[in-house]
Amino acid sequence: MLRMRDLSGGYGPRPVISRISLDIAEGETVALLGANTAGKTTLIRAIVGTLPSVSGVIAFEGRDIVQLPAHRRVALGIACVPEGRHVFGQMSVRDNLMMGAYHRRTEDLGSDLADCFALFPRVRERQAQAAGTLSGGEQQMVAICRALMAGPRLLVLDEPSHGLAPLMVAEVHGAIRKVNARGIGVLLVEQNVSSALKVVDRGYVLESGAIALSGTSRDLQDNDTVRRTYLGI
Amino acid sequence: MIAVLQALADGLMIGGVYGVIAVGLSLVFGVLGIVNFAQAEFMMLGMYVAWFAWRYLGLDPLVGAALSFVAVFCLGALVQRLLIQRIMKAPPVAQIFLTVGLLIVLENSALLLFGPEFRTVKTAYQTRALMIGPIFVSVSYLSAFVAAVIVSGGLWLVLTRTWIGRAIRATAQNPMAATLFGVDTRWIYAVAFGLGTGLSALGGGIVLSYSSVSPTSGSQYVVLMFTVVVLGGLGSVMGALVGGVIVGMIQSLSTLVMPIQLQNLALFTIFIALLAFRPQGLLGSPSR
Repeated sequence: MLRMRDLSGGYGPRPVISRISLDIAEGETVALLGANTAGKTTLIRAIVGTLPSVSGVIAFEGRDIVQLPAHRRVALGIACVPEGRHVFGQMSVRDNLMMGAYHRRTEDLGSDLADCFALFPRVRERQAQAAGTLSGGEQQMVAICRALMAGPRLLVLDEPSHGLAPLMVAEVHGAIRKVNARGIGVLLVEQNVSSALKVVDRGYVLESGAIALSGTSRDLQDNDTVRRTYLGI
Repeated sequence: MIAVLQALADGLMIGGVYGVIAVGLSLVFGVLGIVNFAQAEFMMLGMYVAWFAWRYLGLDPLVGAALSFVAVFCLGALVQRLLIQRIMKAPPVAQIFLTVGLLIVLENSALLLFGPEFRTVKTAYQTRALMIGPIFVSVSYLSAFVAAVIVSGGLWLVLTRTWIGRAIRATAQNPMAATLFGVDTRWIYAVAFGLGTGLSALGGGIVLSYSSVSPTSGSQYVVLMFTVVVLGGLGSVMGALVGGVIVGMIQSLSTLVMPIQLQNLALFTIFIALLAFRPQGLLGSPSR
């Protein structure tokens, strides 16, 4: 579904990520792991189109999207839960969800809303509240629901568990499994390597802007370097 | 007592119109993050459009105000694409230079094209007044107020009930996230600037129904506009509408204790006091 070849890019002349090749198959869940400053968020920004300078190939369902402006990628089926959530703070939760479906511009969103509420019943209760007044975990739920309202084929989540209580992390990761069960592909960026590897099929480990390691989650869990560096075993 | 009621009623009606004039400035700042010092000159252009519509098409200025909106909306959107877009990420000094430069260009273009004389309209209801209880209500103030309320209600509906309105609010709050969900923010910036300047122009058309226009009309209203917006909290649409009513009432109440020529003294005093003690505005939050 997503094919990346020799992708380099950054915020200025100096690349932050270099020569990255990565694949996500239809309906697969893939983790992108690595320490802070490894280039995980930069890679995500290249996929969603908000990285200032990029070269290489990103093909989504066979179409090269590297030069496609960010606001036109969501209609192809790429939706993003950005790092730090970025909900529209002064808008109601319901308006936040509707903004997720902006590229479709239809008022007929009943079944999409119902799917979101089935995933996170708490979001239904908070519909009329301004999103900025919610707790961090609830805002994360809104951010995930907003992305689902776009009707994606690929859901990209950048550190969805960052700063959340352990119970909330489990709820978010549970939701990711349910989303994937609907046939939506997932790219999950996490610093929390051990719990991320329980959610995904495969993973890539990023180090100083390049892919250092990749494999199935079982392979990565058993890999000595991963165990020492990220799992602390 | 009756004098106070009378002043409050006048203030309410005039203040509603101030709200419409100022809401454009607030909208432009809220969405684009730019303080448009030329905002009042777009209002002046709107007054001229309404004047020409009255003179040559025989339209009442309250109807002509709709033409003012359309004409200045287009001009504003064009100015944003051609000029403002270039300084969106520039330092504030560059933004001030551009909008102040725009002010000078617009004012002098008006002088060149329309001449320096003051122009007024004549309507059948201009000198009429109603008695509501003990209070005199000027028909032109009342109709201006009604027009202002309709415009404010329309703006509220557009911002809360339409896709373009949601996209404008989303872009104001988080342009990055808006982009992720398919909003072409460059287009929204042009629309918001057109809408903001168009609303001030529309307010100008309404003002013309009881006032006059000249190339320097903008400078008459610029401090008023900024006072209203700072009072309501820069960037807040609701704040600008409420701020307009408050400023109208203060102006009108001040005439009870001061000569009418000094009504702007009260305004300036409040403006300075606000900047000193509550720069985020009465309704605004400290962060924006």
